[in-house]
Parts: sequence; C-alpha cells; structure tokens
Amino acid sequence: MVNLSVNLCGLTLDNPVIPASGCFGYGKEFAEYYDINILGSFSFKGTTRQQRFGNPTPRIAEAPAGMLNAVGLQNPGVEHVISHELPEMKRYFHKPVIANVSGFSVDEYVETCAMLDAEEQVGIIEVNISCPNVHGGGMAFGTSPDSAAAVTKAVKAAVKKPVFIKLSPNVTDIVSIARACEEAGADGLSLINTLLGMRVDLKTHKPILANGMGGLSGPAVLPVALRMVYQVYKAVKIPLMGMGGVSCARDVIEMMLCGAAAVQVGAANLVHPCACKEIIEQLPVEMEKLGIRSLQEIIGGAHA
Amino acid sequence: MQYQIVENSPIAPGVFLLDLAGDTSAVKAPGQFAQLQIPGFYLRRPISICDWDESGMTLIYKAVGQGTEALSRMQPGDTLDALNGLGNGYDVTRCGNHPLVIGGGVGIPPLYALTKALIAAGREPAVILGFNKAEEIFLLEEFEDLGVPVSVTTADGSFGQKGFVTDAMKEKDERYVFACGPLPMLKAVCKKSACPTGQYSLEERMACGFGACMGCTIQTKNGPKRVCKDGPVFRKEELTW
Ligand SMILES: Cc1cc2nc3c(=O)[nH]c(=O)nc-3n(C[C@H](O)[C@H](O)[C@H](O)COP(=O)(O)OP(=O)(O)OC[C@H]3O[C@@H](n4cnc5c(N)ncnc54)[C@H](O)[C@@H]3O)c2cc1C
Ligand SMILES: Cc1cc2nc3c(=O)[nH]c(=O)nc-3n(C[C@H](O)[C@H](O)[C@H](O)COP(=O)(O)O)c2cc1C
Ligand code: FES
Repeated sequence: MVNLSVNLCGLTLDNPVIPASGCFGYGKEFAEYYDINILGSFSFKGTTRQQRFGNPTPRIAEAPAGMLNAVGLQNPGVEHVISHELPEMKRYFHKPVIANVSGFSVDEYVETCAMLDAEEQVGIIEVNISCPNVHGGGMAFGTSPDSAAAVTKAVKAAVKKPVFIKLSPNVTDIVSIARACEEAGADGLSLINTLLGMRVDLKTHKPILANGMGGLSGPAVLPVALRMVYQVYKAVKIPLMGMGGVSCARDVIEMMLCGAAAVQVGAANLVHPCACKEIIEQLPVEMEKLGIRSLQEIIGGAHA
Repeated sequence: MQYQIVENSPIAPGVFLLDLAGDTSAVKAPGQFAQLQIPGFYLRRPISICDWDESGMTLIYKAVGQGTEALSRMQPGDTLDALNGLGNGYDVTRCGNHPLVIGGGVGIPPLYALTKALIAAGREPAVILGFNKAEEIFLLEEFEDLGVPVSVTTADGSFGQKGFVTDAMKEKDERYVFACGPLPMLKAVCKKSACPTGQYSLEERMACGFGACMGCTIQTKNGPKRVCKDGPVFRKEELTW
C-alpha cells in the first residue's frame, strides 16, 4: 500500500490534491460530479471585504495548451461568504477548507482574514497578493518584497490559523519576495498565480478580453511553475503549495519533487470537472510504477 | 461523457449538422447546451442542443473559428467528449397558448426542440426565422414539418420577407416571446415585443460551462448571473436592456 497523506503546517491531508482558488467555486458544482470529500482540501473563490462584480465580459480567452482569464475577483464579499457559502458548503464538504483572500489595502486584507480565521471550517488562510486582474490591488502587493512583507506581517498579527501567501510569477525575482514573506512570519507559500498575458481578435484588431490583459494558466505554464517552486524551495524553510498547469498524477509527483508539500489544480477542473478525482485515483498507480511508497518522502526530491 | 459521431455534414454554407450517439440522460430541457472537447483545443466549445432522444442528440454549428473548423473535419465513427445538459433551458410551462418563437442564424437550432416541446405541452407556437440570404437557410423544412406557421426573413430579401425578424412581428406584439440569436437581434426583439415577459437565450465566452469559474457573468436586475448555469435563458424582467 502506498501512502498519499501529507502534512501541511500540522494539518494532515489525506492526499496532496487541492483544487485552486477561482477554479472550484465553493465546490458545489463539482459535488454534482463526484464526492469532493476525497480531496485533500480545496481553496475557495478569492474573497474580498466588499462584494465585487468583477470585470466586464469577455473574461475568458483560449491559449495554446491553456487559457486566459480576467474574472477580476467576482465574489459576494466576506460577510455573504460567512453567512451563506460556508454553511452551505458544510453540507457537502467535511474537511478543513482553504480561505483565499484578496484586498485593496493592508487593512482590508487584515479585516477579511480575521473574519475568516474565526470560522471553524477554515483550516488555512491563503492570502492572494498576486491577482493580475484587478487594478490598484491584488498583484500590486505581490510585486515588491516590502509590500509583500507588510501584508504578511499585518495578517499574521490578526489571525491564529496558518497563513499561506500566494505569490505572483509576474516578478523579476520571486525568491526575494518568498524570503520577505517567510521573514515576516508566513507559515507557508502558495505559487504560482497566473502569468499576465493577452490575445487579440484578428477580425476586430482589438484585445479579446474586455480587460485587455488576463492571467494565463493551464498546461502551458507547468514548466514555469515547476522552476519557481524549485527555486523557492531552495530558499525558504516553510512548506509550499505548488500549482500551475498541473493536470495529471504525474504532474503532481513532478511538482512535489520540485518542493511542493501539497499541489493545487486550477484550470484542469474547468475543462474536466472530474480532473482531481482522476488524479487522486491515478496517484497510487503512478507511485507503484515509479516505486514511490510515500508522497511525503519525495517532497523536494529533485534537489541535490 | 463520450459520444460517437454518426453524422457531421454541411446543411448550408459553413453550417454543419452533427449527430452524436451516446447518453443524453443529462438533457432536461430545450435550450440547454453541450460543451464539446475538440481534439487539439484546451477549452471546450459550447453548442446548443437542437434535438435529442434517449440514444443521442443533434447539434447544428457554424464553422467560425479554429475550433469549429477542426470539428467540421471530424468523421463519422470518431468519438467526442462532451459535458451535456448544461444550463437552465427554456421553461415551456410559463407562456400563453400562442407564443412566438424567434431565431436568427445559428441561434435557431435550440428553437427546434423548443418548438416540439411547446407543441407537446399543448401550445400553438408561431415561428419567425431570420437569415442573411436564401443560401444560408437551414432547418426550415423541419420546422414546417412540425405543422406550425413559420415566417422567414432575409436581410437581402432573397427569400421570404425582406428585413429582420422584428419586421415579421406585429406592431404592439403581445405574444410571449422565446428568442435565441445574436445580441443585437435579441435586443431589437426585446424592445419591439409588447409582452412584459419572455425568455431570451444569451451567449458569452466560457471556460467551464457549468458554473465554477465566473467567466461568463453578466449583470442582471437580480444581480450577477452566470450565463452558463443561471442561463443561458433569461427572463425579460431580469435583463438590463
Ligand atoms: C450557450 C451557447 C450556445 C451556443 N450554441 C451554438 C450553436 O448551437 N451553434 C453554433 O454554431 N454556435 C453556438 N454557440 C457559439 C459557439 O460556441 C462558438 O461559435 C464557438 O465556440 C466558436 O469556436 P471556434 O473555436 O470556432 O472560434 P474561436 O474564435 O477560434 O474560439 C476561441 C474561443 O472563443 C470562444 N468563442 C468564440 N466565439 C464565441 C461565441 N460566439 N460564443 C461563445 N464563445 C465563443 C470559443 O469557445 C473559444 O473558447 C453557442 C455559444 C454559447 C455560449
Ligand atoms: C478562472 C480563474 C479564476 C481564478 N481566480 C483566482 C482567485 O480568485 N484567487 C487566486 O488566488 N487565484 C485565482 N486563480 C489562479 C489559480 O488559483 C491558479 O493559481 C492558477 O490558475 C495556476 O494554476 P493552473 O495552471 O492549474 O490553473 C484563478 C485562475 C483561473 C483560471
Ligand atoms: S463558464 Fe465558468 S461559470 Fe460560466
């Protein structure tokens, strides 16, 4: 028997497979396809202090081996999440969940995180300082070590649960930002968010996305994500949730070899609603083939 | 879910009829759509269900870009992965006895199953179909074979009444409207219709098609709604135009 369980900041996950924020809603739509309690956990849609409509449509464009999105953090606001989404989620998901939070000021991050920290269902707080699709917020905090550290420190002071900071790949040196977050007290790091990109409509000569630009994700970004997880693993001691382009069990293993303690799956859920179920079923098969007994033991295995 | 292609052939210039054999138990109402995984493309393509029975379904699509062009080259016997029975579909229980069914171009296909369902529900629908020109007409005989009155408009006047679908509506037309077609057509119909309600099927670019990504959200009078899950059919009262 192979062992799929991994430990994340004292939380034992049955397996390392975690649907990524924005690609799984609050889980409801997927619960119609399979019992989502087989997941290690899942990260729910990015939550802000106030409700947000997000960007105008088109919000979606296709890319070779991937997609662009410019949803712009549409969400009903943290109060509604706590009063409606979490109680409803309790009916179909019975494990600790990851609360993904975004904001437009340090105070806003702190307030939203503190409110979600008080919710029993929330196991980990994932602070998104890397959303490329909103102006004057999100990614602005994730592109400099100082502002990343400022958000981290303020959130850490306000919450009790483990805090993962979600990093942007749209930077010149992700390692320096990772280190700044670790020094500021982050319990872990999530990476990567989407890569800023765009597509142009050849008929109208205008960008396809109403927002002009959007975030690239899907298999196209896998090598970039692997490289960044590898670099960051080398530089910090806190655990990493690796993501970007993961779509099968072998990708999960590869991400863990680079240093991920758990692996998030984003866009793959959108094109194959059963993607995570298939990955979890396939993991033991691939592990047997590769002679891996325990996933926990292979974390960072690609490093000398 | 896997489907086998039974037929994939042109029925008008650039327009193809795709017959798929497979499990259709997820399809509950006319106006729902399927998300087709076309080999070589990352995102699925949403196509409305034109007609279905227990053993399969018919879709009609126009080759407008790389994905639908690749689809048009697929052969009978090939398999296609599809998510099926997506979206709310039309509600045939909430209309008068003489509803008006209005479609334009490749918005017409889902109205075929809708018209059948209206007849089965004991209603007497009238149909208006709009095309650009005579060569582009498809499904006309099939609609006529249902025994309902069908008016055709063409923009260039090469068949039927010259003009747009709204030209085939009455002044102060109070009949309940079911519509599907390009956005400018839907807005014109909505404006011309004197009925305070009605059902209009919208389009948006989609990623998932089943309500998870918020990629297709529009603003309505009842707040943000996902075209793929809360729609694609919306009531006139909800629309902001
Ligand atoms: C609910 C719904 C039902 C539809 N039903 C039909 C139908 O019955 N028959 C038919 O011919 N067409 C239908 N369409 C439109 C059809 O989905 C697009 O024509 C098709 O996706 C174009 O793909 P492509 O690869 O050829 O074009 P490309 O432009 O190469 O596609 C690139 C991306 O844009 C998306 N896209 C492009 N045009 C549209 C569009 N008009 N609507 C939504 N997404 C688009 C594609 O899905 C793809 O993700 C429907 C759309 C929706 C949303
Ligand atoms: C439609 C969509 C919405 C997303 N929304 C969020 C979000 O709200 N918060 C967040 O931290 N990341 C968000 N992301 C980023 C993903 O969580 C993930 O970091 C990224 O897509 C890379 O993984 P993937 O290649 O597996 O998709 C979103 C991604 C997509 C495709
Ligand atoms: S396309 Fe994903 S929510 Fe509608």
